[in-house]
Amino acid sequence: MSKLSKRALIRVSGWAALAATAALVGCGKKEEAAPAAAPASAPAAEAPKKPEPLKVAFAYVGPVGDAGWTFAHDSARKAVEAEFGDKIATTFVENVPESADAERVMRDLVGQGNKLVFGTTFGYMEPMLKVAADTPDVKFEHATGYKSAPNMRTYDSRTYEGAYMAGVIAGSMTKSNTLGVVGSIPIPEVIRNINSFTLGAQSVNPKIKTKVVWVNKWFDPPKEGEGAGSLISGGADVLFQNTDSSAVLQKAEEKGKFAFGWDSDMSKFGPNAHLASSVINWAPYYKKAIQDTLDGTWATGGVWWGVKEGAIDIVSISDKVPAEVKDKLAKVKAGLTDGSFVIWKGPIVGQDGKDILKKDAVADDKFLSGINFYVKGVEGKVPSGN
Amino acid sequence: MSGMNEYALLLAASLNAGTVLAIAGLGLLVNERAGVLNLGAEGMMLVAAIAGFATSVHTGNDWLAFAAGAGAGAVMAAAFGVLVIWLNTNQYATGLALSLFGTGFSAFVGIRYTQEKLAERPHFDIPLLSDIPFVGPAFFRQHPMVYLTIALMFGLVWLLYRSRAGLVLRAVGESPESAHALGYPVRRIRLLAVMAGGALCGIAGAYLSVIYTPLWVEGMTAGKGWIALALTTFATWRPVRVLLGAYLFGGVTMLQFHLQGEGVELPSQLLTALPYVATIVVLVLISRNPAWIRANMPASIGKPFFPGS
Repeated sequence: MSKLSKRALIRVSGWAALAATAALVGCGKKEEAAPAAAPASAPAAEAPKKPEPLKVAFAYVGPVGDAGWTFAHDSARKAVEAEFGDKIATTFVENVPESADAERVMRDLVGQGNKLVFGTTFGYMEPMLKVAADTPDVKFEHATGYKSAPNMRTYDSRTYEGAYMAGVIAGSMTKSNTLGVVGSIPIPEVIRNINSFTLGAQSVNPKIKTKVVWVNKWFDPPKEGEGAGSLISGGADVLFQNTDSSAVLQKAEEKGKFAFGWDSDMSKFGPNAHLASSVINWAPYYKKAIQDTLDGTWATGGVWWGVKEGAIDIVSISDKVPAEVKDKLAKVKAGLTDGSFVIWKGPIVGQDGKDILKKDAVADDKFLSGINFYVKGVEGKVPSGN
Repeated sequence: MSGMNEYALLLAASLNAGTVLAIAGLGLLVNERAGVLNLGAEGMMLVAAIAGFATSVHTGNDWLAFAAGAGAGAVMAAAFGVLVIWLNTNQYATGLALSLFGTGFSAFVGIRYTQEKLAERPHFDIPLLSDIPFVGPAFFRQHPMVYLTIALMFGLVWLLYRSRAGLVLRAVGESPESAHALGYPVRRIRLLAVMAGGALCGIAGAYLSVIYTPLWVEGMTAGKGWIALALTTFATWRPVRVLLGAYLFGGVTMLQFHLQGEGVELPSQLLTALPYVATIVVLVLISRNPAWIRANMPASIGKPFFPGS
């Protein structure tokens, strides 16, 4: 091969690689604006009165195919798109890291003309605040955070209600009286869920112990599976997870133990192991947020919806769960719906045996959002540094 | 559950956790011994993971899935090989490009498989041996690939140090000019070594998505390719050390979970970092002799070879 032709070949292959990359980037970009594109250009010609669709954007921390957290958000996005039709146009960006990249993505979404932006993970809080301060005409909705701004509202779902209901099932199904939880990142939301799961289990079986392992990630299926495996070898026979994939359930299936689905219905990933799925339905809230924006009644604040508002439910309960446990669950659910039953109501005892909540004292939302201790029955210490 | 049994399960899980790293590390050792450094391991493993997963979904046969993974890894490695061996592109840059390409490409073709589920995984118990107390649950209830990995390590030791082919392979990595002068087709040997490395990385990727965590999600290797690359270097390109390093990594990974479950009062963030720290410290300690490193490091690694120059 002569020198010249070799150089030419390198150049050609270089361009080919560039072109291939460009093509991939082009394909990878997810724009769901197709149905809205037609109405957006048509009105100019015939009906100038027809309003532009409200552009709504979603930033996700994981892939929409995680079968858990992000999947639940995206299902709600599809639901509101079906509900509002051509009044809105939605876009989403997946796998946005909880870092400086988040701010760049938010600014990009605003630049694309989105007037309502949903950020669906805790770590977007600071980046969203920054972008919100610079773009007062755009409304921001931040999930699971605690800081708001005049144009940034926080929303969350009371996932701990689902954790409690899963706990009721776990407490009645365990034979070893040892439950295992695969935790993601030790923040109050997750610690609250571990406690609520344990409280639910103790409500039917006071001898319950809960072991916890942390993977320090929201989404790392091999790690989640490894953590689940170590809990099982440590004697846990019912597992629960606050991570985003179905790996824990699949590990329980492999080892012949029980587990739950979390955030989305995961029953198909462990037909024998699956006891129930604690699911979040974000659609009612997304519907409200979009309606508020369309009506011009949007106001800042913090919203925390649970079983009562239809945001939390326990679904696909296994046939292995006895009828009396299902009855108990139905009572809990009815109580949460009409407000006659409260999960975080004293006496609630800490690991040291001292009362955290005195008898009949009810925890308010401020108390709940700052939980960084384990209740009695959970083993180990809450990891520090948070 | 008895305490003994718990430790047996911990050992079993450690072997299983180390297997992915061991296969990939041994594969990378082959091409590095021939003087080619392929930083694309992560990308090859991911593409192989989706290739293997898709094959398993459609055929239900895990061995076909491993073959598909090996094929995907080898094809990617061949593309890399042609670029760096014949066109003499920079090995580091080309390897990084392969890694980035593999990550993106696997995510792209894998979209429709993210919700797929594989059929029930069969259990593998070796008759009789698996019933021995402690030893049985610890060592004899593994997937066949775990034993094949150990066999692969012995095979590589024999190949590299006891066979003529291994001698030639090492000669190509030590001094490609001399091997060339003796009439060995240096470029073809390097390409074969690179493809063998890619095929093994591919099997590692397929094992991850089909057996170890039987599901597909993008980026699921979570850095395992990079760890395997580091492992070969810290193990000074010796197959036995690569295997032991991989098991050590797997062992500490499982041990830190075990400690967390037992409620040990150490920050979980520190425990999560422990496998990385422990593996590097141990391998650096056993390999800290500079003469040993010089004796084992392929002298021409990362350097292009121009026949006739």
